[in-house]
Amino acid sequence: MSKQPDSRILLAHGSGGRLTHELIEQVFGKTLANPILDRMDDAATFDIEGRLAFTTDSHVVSPIFFPGGDIGRLSLTGTVNDLAMMGAKPLYISAGFIIEEGLPVADLETIVASMGDTAHEAGVQVVAGDTKVVERGAADGIFITTSGIGLIPPGVQISATGAMPGDAIIVSGAIGDHGATILSKREGMDFDVELQSDCAPLGGLVADMLAAAPGIHVLRDPTRGGVAATLNEIAASSEVDIEIEEERIPYRAEVRAVCELLGLDPMVLANEGKLVAFVAAEDAGQVLEAMKKNRYGSLATKIGRVRKIESSRPRVYARTVLGSRRILSMPTGEQLPRIC
Amino acid sequence: MPLPFLDDFRQGQHVRALLEQLAEHAATLERPARIMEVCGTHTMAISRHGIRQAIPESLALISGPGCPVCVTANADIDAFIEIALLPNVIATTFGDMLRVPGTRMGLAQARGQGARVQIVYSTLDALKLARENPDATVIFFGIGFETTAPTVAAALVEAHESNIDNFMVLSAHKVVPPALAALCATPGLAVDAFLCPGHVTAIIGPEAYRQVVDDFGIPCVIAGFEPADILQSLTMLIDQIAAGRSEVELQYSRGVRPEGNPTAMAMIDRVFEPCDAEWRGLGVIPGSGLAIREEFAAHDAARRFPVDVSYSREPAGCLCGAILTGIKSPRDCPLFSRGCTPDHPIGPCMVSSEGTCAAYFQYEI
Repeated sequence: MSKQPDSRILLAHGSGGRLTHELIEQVFGKTLANPILDRMDDAATFDIEGRLAFTTDSHVVSPIFFPGGDIGRLSLTGTVNDLAMMGAKPLYISAGFIIEEGLPVADLETIVASMGDTAHEAGVQVVAGDTKVVERGAADGIFITTSGIGLIPPGVQISATGAMPGDAIIVSGAIGDHGATILSKREGMDFDVELQSDCAPLGGLVADMLAAAPGIHVLRDPTRGGVAATLNEIAASSEVDIEIEEERIPYRAEVRAVCELLGLDPMVLANEGKLVAFVAAEDAGQVLEAMKKNRYGSLATKIGRVRKIESSRPRVYARTVLGSRRILSMPTGEQLPRIC
Repeated sequence: MPLPFLDDFRQGQHVRALLEQLAEHAATLERPARIMEVCGTHTMAISRHGIRQAIPESLALISGPGCPVCVTANADIDAFIEIALLPNVIATTFGDMLRVPGTRMGLAQARGQGARVQIVYSTLDALKLARENPDATVIFFGIGFETTAPTVAAALVEAHESNIDNFMVLSAHKVVPPALAALCATPGLAVDAFLCPGHVTAIIGPEAYRQVVDDFGIPCVIAGFEPADILQSLTMLIDQIAAGRSEVELQYSRGVRPEGNPTAMAMIDRVFEPCDAEWRGLGVIPGSGLAIREEFAAHDAARRFPVDVSYSREPAGCLCGAILTGIKSPRDCPLFSRGCTPDHPIGPCMVSSEGTCAAYFQYEI
């Protein structure tokens, strides 16, 4: 289909007729091929035994191509990582595409190829899919919704309610890369910085961590709302206080620079290839060691600890460089640049 | 683009050494001192880095009228909303303004009623929008101090020279020195020293505070925005208070030249002329606003779209006015964190990323 360099997606590609079949065969079928998908039945069928995790995630990122990834890779890592954060081994994925009429076919091919590569890296299979095309203006290029199923190994019990006083809090690397990258590429703010999204599947990292300490209490990927939102959610779910050391939080200099220019806090910027782990203090050393050996955890750092609840409601505190304590609050609304 | 200087200025051991030095100097004070910061970025930095909690109790840091969104009077906000609701208008503004409640509604609600409101990151983006939409009138809400006024002036010059007739500005710009003088003359103001804004001073130059130190005898130090800058500036202010001096001193020497930025000041002067302006909390201050000069009248939204906002009033029960003059603290306001939160703001100080209430709510509640 890509023989004509300027060919674009038409409404007819979503009509269920000849063009739809051509699109499915030549774009999706080729790239995402696996025995289950290749049957092209109405639904994927497979056998799994054990405790399952099941989740879904929609992706509407703008721009759809960004340094370090694209909406295809992101749509896979989003669901894979949600499964991994329950300790599950991600297995099967479905993908629904809503495409705006006029999207270059070459863009779609790039996006689907990127999904294929990411699925391969994450060890998952895309086994079901659907495509709809909508009129120009009814979507922004392409939206992708993925769902996924993963298998939870016996004995793993991970939940946002599981944080215990004394737990060590670990982040898997430098924070804010994805959010800062997207912000810096938005219209009107094309900063010339060497920044890349951290967009990555974390199933392997989680497997390594669980091998080191099966009793991990909480895992979460700090996507929208960043580490600040994640810590506040976990404090509320587990009814504990959290105290982090600001000096220990890893950022890239470029992320900090973008944040300084826009008046943002890296702690509220989205990440797409990072996790926050709560582990018993005695397990922290082994978990950190295992993380540092994985390419997606090489900068893993302990940033704080869980404390007993101190006041009427759970709070997250940050110890500043001055040694004083401030609130790290739930981010409010959209993060917008300062005006002077 | 690594920024090593930020790490240098935040590095724990240096900052803690400056904190110890501040405590030693503060011990020489005969009585507690009240120091006002008159820049929203300082307000945020003080809350964000826990400076208020770290410094000796004999120093009280109070926030002044330094947040451009917050000091904008409701009448100006209402006028912009009325214009935004007119047919065939694209209203452009900086992000914070979107959520600020006006008397009848905020811009976000106006957008819900069909107004075309677009957030821009610079005035030049608004100008670009005007070029791309020749059939619509693009109106930019000009708020802020001497730091933002030059870029708005440059956009007006560009629009004028390139005949972009559908680009207009509603100017609610304000200048800092007359407001500081008015603040000094406010009865009941108990301020021993001013922590002066680094960014604004980079434009207007340190001499702009001459009247404050000479006529009112209040020490001024122009400060940078990192914890180390603020701690060092506080020490400099304490030394002035302890010695009974009142001088303009420059801590933020890496950002401010003695003459300020004459090019930017000339740009302001070319496009704007001084006018009386209403400040939330301070009332009308003579010569503290910037009106668009006659030469650029075609691009002046106030002239082109006169709207009636006689209904304007401040939100009931909101203490933003008293908070902006440092007479009250956010915790004194009965609405703070109860009726008024960043998600459901009643006054502008809770909305803006530089607002005093937002800073207290986010970091110190």
